[in-house]
Amino acid sequence: MKVSRDRMGAGISRRGFLKGVGAGTAAAGLLTGAPPPGAAALDAAHTPKVLAPGESEISLKINGAVQKVAVEPRTTLLDALRNRLDITGAKKVCDRATCGACTVLVDGSPVYSCTMLALEAEGREITTVEGLGTPENLAPIQQAFINHDAQQCGFCTPGFVVASTALLQKFPNPTREQVQAGLGGNLCRCGTYAGMVDAVLEAAKGGA
Amino acid sequence: MANPQWPAAEQRQHLGKRISRLDGPVKCTGAAKYTYDIHRDGLLYAKLVGSRIAAGIVNSIDTSAAEKLPGVQGVWKDESLIGKEVQYAGQILAAVAARTEEIADEAARLVKVEYTPATPQVDDTDPARADGKPATREEGDVATALSQAATVFEGAYGLPVVCHCCLEAHGQVSEAKNGEMYLWGSTQSVSSYAKGLHEDVGLTLDKMHVECQYIGGGFGSKFSYDKWGVISAKLSQLTGMPVKLMLDRDLELMVAGNRPSASAKVKVGLDGNGKITAFDAEVWGTGGKDGYKPPPMPYVFTKIPNHRENGLRIPTNRGSQRAWRAPGHPQGCLLTMAALDDAAAAIKMDALEFFKKNLDLTERREVYAAQLDIAADLINYKEKAHLRGESGPGPLKRGLGISLHQWGGMGHQSECDVTINPDGSVETKIGTQDLGTGTRTTVTIVVAETLGLPLEGVTLKMGKNEYPASGASGGSTTIGGVSASSRLAATAALNALLEVVAPKLGAAPDQLEARDGQIRAVGDSSKAIAWKGACSLLGTQSITKRGTNVPGESQKMGLIDGGVGGVQIAEVTVDTETGCVTMNEMVAVQDCGLIVDLKTAESQVHSGLIMGITYALYEEAVYDPTTGRMLNADMEFYRLAGIKDVGQFKVHMMTGAGYDERGVIGLGEPPVISPGAAISNAVANAIGVRVPRLPLTPDRVLMALQQGTGQDAPTTNGGLA
Repeated sequence: MKVSRDRMGAGISRRGFLKGVGAGTAAAGLLTGAPPPGAAALDAAHTPKVLAPGESEISLKINGAVQKVAVEPRTTLLDALRNRLDITGAKKVCDRATCGACTVLVDGSPVYSCTMLALEAEGREITTVEGLGTPENLAPIQQAFINHDAQQCGFCTPGFVVASTALLQKFPNPTREQVQAGLGGNLCRCGTYAGMVDAVLEAAKGGA
Repeated sequence: MANPQWPAAEQRQHLGKRISRLDGPVKCTGAAKYTYDIHRDGLLYAKLVGSRIAAGIVNSIDTSAAEKLPGVQGVWKDESLIGKEVQYAGQILAAVAARTEEIADEAARLVKVEYTPATPQVDDTDPARADGKPATREEGDVATALSQAATVFEGAYGLPVVCHCCLEAHGQVSEAKNGEMYLWGSTQSVSSYAKGLHEDVGLTLDKMHVECQYIGGGFGSKFSYDKWGVISAKLSQLTGMPVKLMLDRDLELMVAGNRPSASAKVKVGLDGNGKITAFDAEVWGTGGKDGYKPPPMPYVFTKIPNHRENGLRIPTNRGSQRAWRAPGHPQGCLLTMAALDDAAAAIKMDALEFFKKNLDLTERREVYAAQLDIAADLINYKEKAHLRGESGPGPLKRGLGISLHQWGGMGHQSECDVTINPDGSVETKIGTQDLGTGTRTTVTIVVAETLGLPLEGVTLKMGKNEYPASGASGGSTTIGGVSASSRLAATAALNALLEVVAPKLGAAPDQLEARDGQIRAVGDSSKAIAWKGACSLLGTQSITKRGTNVPGESQKMGLIDGGVGGVQIAEVTVDTETGCVTMNEMVAVQDCGLIVDLKTAESQVHSGLIMGITYALYEEAVYDPTTGRMLNADMEFYRLAGIKDVGQFKVHMMTGAGYDERGVIGLGEPPVISPGAAISNAVANAIGVRVPRLPLTPDRVLMALQQGTGQDAPTTNGGLA
């Protein structure tokens, strides 16, 4: 393997990208917009539709609704959500997978949407903070954040709420240490950690 | 008639209770729209081009390739800088606006700048690099006092430049439309934001419409509209399209503000009983190319009979300083408290005993004495304390550290309108902003309290410059300013209503009060009318009254005050094999006058502790001496504390008799001042030697352990690492 220098996105080599078939099923997905699952059985005779460069329309399933959006291959999921679909709960802060402010769920797992390409997200279930609850109909974790004042400026809060949701799905009755580990991929500048652990523990209790 | 003084404790309906912030639901669902989130039809995305060199001349800026890129709608370049000197890396030279953020990114990289580089100067630790006249203050006779002292301790300490690192970067959305300018700025100062900017874009101030409902952090760095505000607005005028210009993270860290550094050599003179008789400080640091104000020293212990501070400025090719939460105080606090703590250790005196013994040298002896006792109790000082270095065997060393701080926090100028409508609705308008401190919630609490209504009975409109002007949110001045102006406005509006209602109830207006959703005669429940019914007596005429906070007058009325003290004690464990410092616990005892919302007030203290732990243990803007560029202009290596890094907290607010009567005092700055000193003192207490510079990173801890420091007094701590 001499692809490390040329890696583009998750597990995609430049060679695989150019060929569009063969080694990477995800590479096929990247080129064609076709869903990766089962693509290993792709017909060798199938000629992928080349999308790049420029914008192409893809479909993203966001908070249960399919939305069409024109993206470039280099457009991140975060930029597709924020700039093209006006879904702005996920924030751009570090823009390199450090701070977690852009966290969304992709097929139920927390993902830094600043470092996932929009094309990679096609055919997958994307859940943003807006999909968890609304101001009028709060999810228990959101209510718990309010109860424990686990927010100040609030810019990091959507990321923490999404990360907490993923954490509680994995550990319905977490310990304090599990909560701290689960939220260790998110950063807050105002200093609102004090209420967060209690908020997650309260939401866990409420959900049990 | 209602009077504006705050109600007595037993009569308070909302004031001082634990109330959840009212914008919690929109913030934790992603519904809150920050500047970064503003979308307009046809929005263009702008990107900035910063200087690649930290020193030298800009020969030319060529934007032609960027202009040709499909999707680029406008470019801007700073013609005034061509042929001129660059001050620091990242200095804004040009900008592009394009249909998408991706295209803007690419276009910015196509802007070609030719430079003649020079050698940058980014070192801020060597006092030989200082220029200008030293700023010297002296009281008493320091030289004589030191020569006569029983013990003289000499130490050297320092704090680096740290960044604000607001999670929402600086920036602005601009829309030039029909000769008007609509601005969504991420700002701590909505009311005054457009002043000056209007001239840059050739409009009168009344054509400038500013809005900021939510801001993703400011901490002192977001008062001005900044160069990028001008660029954003000009690009909108140029293209005829709305433009969003937000700084990328690297520029945010390099050019959007920082806290100046401070290094000091300190001498402390003690008499035979451990009383401080002299304090001498040589201080130097950088705030970038321009001004530098030495931090206040001696800090808190300002009445040391003989004291001197000599401050030196070191100009550097770094981005300019800005106010950073409690400007100057965290630096002055560390440099003072570490030296005093070292002096106590040198004579083998317990730090708590030492600080208590010297409290008459502060402005608030009684407040600090009470606070030190409470803090010591909260952290179980008696049981846990040990003299410096006497931490027992084994590689894990536990230690306690104490620090004292002070702040002003008097409310700023503020105006507020309260309208009572015939349908019973109440609308409050105020040109303030909520930085996350809870301003939206506290103004609502004050107006609802004044009118005897539930919080839902009051609508608040804020965050626009069209509303009555309120001061910038800095220096812990907002809560006092807006509490006084909204209290005065609501009281005036209520009194006008009472005049109308009085005849109906057959009572004089001055015998009426608004409580529990009623207007009623004081002490006569038979004379009462529900709020809605009372308001309906207004007929078609709403009441609008303006309240104006003039700080001196409101202080005389007991509405607001300034000047607080606080005490913090940190408990750490230091691994002497790895150099890692673990936060076990911090206790904070804080005076802040009358509390409006206990829940958000406690959050402010937590927030200060966490931000303090962050600069104590992690934060430092690291500059490359060769290129002059910031090496850690990202959030991977410009580290913020995570949720696992902060330990446990106990917060005690000094409330009740003796404190409430002072009225409302700001709380944003005080709790962030002491953590650096308290944690540094705790580490010294644990490992037996001073780690002279923050942040207390493993390498610095190990180096201090290697160099060691004898515990014999008088001594030095081995100089700056």
